[in-house]
Amino acid sequence: MNYRTENIKRLIVDKPLRLDCGQTISDFPLAYETYGELNKNRSNAILVFHALTGDQFISGINPITKREGWWDTAVGPRRAIDTDKYFVICANVLGGCMGTYGPKDLNQKTNEPYGLNFPVITIKDMVSAQESLLDFFKIEKLLCVLGGSMGGMQLLQFCASFPDRTFSAVPIACSSSHSAQNIALNELARQAIMADPEWKKGGYGKTKNLPKNGLAVARMAGHISYLSESGLQEKFGRKLQEKANYEFSFDADFQVESYLRHQGYSFVERFDANSYLYITRAMDYFDLSKQYKNGLTEAFRGQKTKFLVISFSSDWLYPTKHSKDIVIALNASGANVAFSEIKTDKGHDSFLVNEPKFLITIKNFIDSSFEAYKK
Amino acid sequence: MKREFEIIADLLPDNSRVLDVGCGDGTLMKFLSEKKNIDVRGLELNEENVEICISKGLSVIEGNAETELGQFPDKSFDYVVLSQTLQAFYNPVSVLDHLLRIGKASVVSIPNFGYWKVRAHLLYFGRMPRTKSLPYKWYNTPNLHMCTIKDFYELCDSKNINMKKIVGINNNRISFINNNNIKLKNLLSEVGIFLIS
Repeated sequence: MNYRTENIKRLIVDKPLRLDCGQTISDFPLAYETYGELNKNRSNAILVFHALTGDQFISGINPITKREGWWDTAVGPRRAIDTDKYFVICANVLGGCMGTYGPKDLNQKTNEPYGLNFPVITIKDMVSAQESLLDFFKIEKLLCVLGGSMGGMQLLQFCASFPDRTFSAVPIACSSSHSAQNIALNELARQAIMADPEWKKGGYGKTKNLPKNGLAVARMAGHISYLSESGLQEKFGRKLQEKANYEFSFDADFQVESYLRHQGYSFVERFDANSYLYITRAMDYFDLSKQYKNGLTEAFRGQKTKFLVISFSSDWLYPTKHSKDIVIALNASGANVAFSEIKTDKGHDSFLVNEPKFLITIKNFIDSSFEAYKK
Repeated sequence: MKREFEIIADLLPDNSRVLDVGCGDGTLMKFLSEKKNIDVRGLELNEENVEICISKGLSVIEGNAETELGQFPDKSFDYVVLSQTLQAFYNPVSVLDHLLRIGKASVVSIPNFGYWKVRAHLLYFGRMPRTKSLPYKWYNTPNLHMCTIKDFYELCDSKNINMKKIVGINNNRISFINNNNIKLKNLLSEVGIFLIS
């Protein structure tokens, strides 16, 4: 995967960052993108945290993949997160593969990609790296932070680590602690990558061949977990792929098979297998309550931030129960919290698709927060 | 805003911390936060109402008071408000206990089944009463545990709950209820509002 890097904005983070694993990194690149304009009071800035396979290109056409940005349904002029009104920032996470420091970067010492020699990173490391962006843009306090899935985990960490740096926060379809099922699904994905002979213990960077099959299977497994049973049934049912009858073979007879293969193999064009390993590991290690002696309540103690927690009724990857646990902890710590469960059959991916009830809810929340923040 | 909310708002001091259980579309919450600078939160079952509240900038949690009041810590609010909903719970006493646990005090209003029009309706028509504050038919009413002002008074008394103030509403007129006039007020009031702790 080679791309021209002139389309990628990079901040070189010179402040040394001590990672949770014990290593310290400094002078590393953090790739980011911005939309809209920062106003004079610097009071209209919104930071979006992306999910596992996302990147900094949230709106419009992604200049690298030439596809629509991953949150184009929500972010753009006159959209729910209106870039005519707000200044929206998003950074590629540490360990990612869209310009931020990650395992496919060259190790200066060996002149080869880091591969598995890249340090293991955590959600907290990702968030600490991104805080530098606020200093770079001289934004003391953001209007709002938003994030779905792993983006929501970064958001919770951000609010716990930097409680004074945002006025409001919208964690979406996420969890304060990765469950056994979440870890199991991630392990399935990692094992698929590692079982690909081209993976070569992460050293594929030296050869032309990439562990495409393994990464595609990992993506397929992930994709199933992002949809709901009824959503899949409604979209595909038992419909056959451009044929009238079974072929009595192992080709993609069913539309759902064809769809999954397409999802898997188009993904490998844009994503790095080692990044997938590193980022899923960071998610698995995430347990915000473990960082504080008295658990999650202590993580949020003294919060002035206004929260809106959102879950989706058909999300079985990060079910409503996970969001309610966050709400309970926020309540117990006396924080200001609203909670809405959006009724939809679109599963975990509901925040990425056109789900009007969801979009109107975040729009209303951000707009009313902006009015309150301006006062 | 309806008369009942005005009375509830009068009972709540400025700058206090209030939880509105079953806050509906947030009308009372909005008034409390704007006019009395009250730090107010809500709990609401209906998702459309939750959405309306969020659009007004109100912090409302979507949830069922019957099962989800446990998440609020002891004495985490100055006042907990429950407007005309107690009778709709499967276990009103358990909800009442939660209100008094969460708030330093609580404001509970009830539609009064002892109101003379309700009594007359049953007496003359021989059918389940339907009035302005009790508009449902017997088969679609959410009200599982109807009571009178006197019934609720006796419940509070038996549980040693301190009734600081009781207000009756009749045709937008208010009157204060005490042990001496409760027999009459139970007949004349459409709604009873109790400030308890």
